[in-house]
Amino acid sequence: MLQDVSANHRQQYARPVTSVITMANRRDHFLARWGVNRGGHRVELGLYALGNPTADSPVLVTANYTLSFDALRSALAGIDSYILVLDTKGVNVWCAAGKGTFGTDELVRRIEATALQDVVSHRVLILPQLGAPGIAAHEIKKRSGFRVEYGPVRAADLPEYLQTRQATPEMRRVRFTLRDRLILIPVELVQGLLPMLAAAVVSYFIGGFLAAMGAITAILAGVVLFPILLPWLPARDFSTKGFILGEVAALPFALAIFLERPEAAWWLKAGQALIYLLALPACTAYLALNFTGSTTFTSRSGVRREIFTYVPIMAGMFGTSLLLIITFALIGLLGGL
Amino acid sequence: MARTPVKNTLQYDPDLCVNCGMCTMVCPHAVFASGSSVVQLARPEACMECGACQLNCPAGAITVESGVGCAAAMIRAAVTGSKEVTCGGESNSSCCSDSSCCSSDE
Repeated sequence: MLQDVSANHRQQYARPVTSVITMANRRDHFLARWGVNRGGHRVELGLYALGNPTADSPVLVTANYTLSFDALRSALAGIDSYILVLDTKGVNVWCAAGKGTFGTDELVRRIEATALQDVVSHRVLILPQLGAPGIAAHEIKKRSGFRVEYGPVRAADLPEYLQTRQATPEMRRVRFTLRDRLILIPVELVQGLLPMLAAAVVSYFIGGFLAAMGAITAILAGVVLFPILLPWLPARDFSTKGFILGEVAALPFALAIFLERPEAAWWLKAGQALIYLLALPACTAYLALNFTGSTTFTSRSGVRREIFTYVPIMAGMFGTSLLLIITFALIGLLGGL
Repeated sequence: MARTPVKNTLQYDPDLCVNCGMCTMVCPHAVFASGSSVVQLARPEACMECGACQLNCPAGAITVESGVGCAAAMIRAAVTGSKEVTCGGESNSSCCSDSSCCSSDE
């Protein structure tokens, strides 16, 4: 009897969905990764039926972001289940939990809106572990009667988790692998493109082709090389890692100054080389510091400490290089060269 | 009150712990470990202040000033004078609104 009621409700309330990722899905994922139409990669809210779920089938909760939803449904291939999609404004689970949109109120609201208590006979919800910063499990129990179970961090571990109902310590840890970092580069690149072009044009008018290349190099080092090299750059702080990477990127430019004009006065060459050695690392380090928000492990306390410690140093280095540029320009104007 | 020697805002009071183990489940950095009568603070230095443990502790044994560890968001908030430091928001910061600040899409 219960089965019949469930089947009835399933048809009424739960949209059918498959675990197949289509070409259209892949195109959408690609665009999302490149930052095209941010916040627009959404799925319809509510309850979905994957396969042929019954009143006993598990209910998994996710965000209305296509990458989150598709990761979940593709991981659940062959597993009859329900997917409950919360309104996170097209933002992934972890970030939405941090903002509170993947939150206690929204979950309770969505349970009620989908009449979930009539669809399933059990009272268990499986949430992604990274939804926990927005959800108070004991509050959900109190307000909806459903018990929240935190599943693994990654959807790929769900098949094993659903069998054992036990997440291994490895499943509970976030990682930040090379692949995780590589996947972030397109968005960083798209966002860095306009500032990079502007900086290159300005630099070109100040110091010519070499200066323009320097600006481009500093920014590419910050948004492309830094995410790749993050774990291998020495030092703990992001800013320090950025300074080191920036100095390495600036060295060829400093050398080029010396090789380009062997006849010029040594102090002139040294001064111009110094401009590169100060300005480029300052830019790269600033971009490196800004990458903290994209990682999976930086704390607010740690980032605040870094901002107070290193932003003045970055500003000082950049300011000094500007003073040098102005000084050399004045010397040039006065015919000192 | 056990004060952690590390430079973050995580504080855990074992006297209040009911050993339900929720914090050991929700923490993405294994800061808490199971103990025989109360949960143990195993890796306080790894805390990223996401706030999951505090929100899911039914006994109120954990406090942490949660927030995003995102320089872009904090600098933007400082520049615009906004009190609310949040990832993404309406503007386009590199963190969040795509999967980046979290890198995991699940």
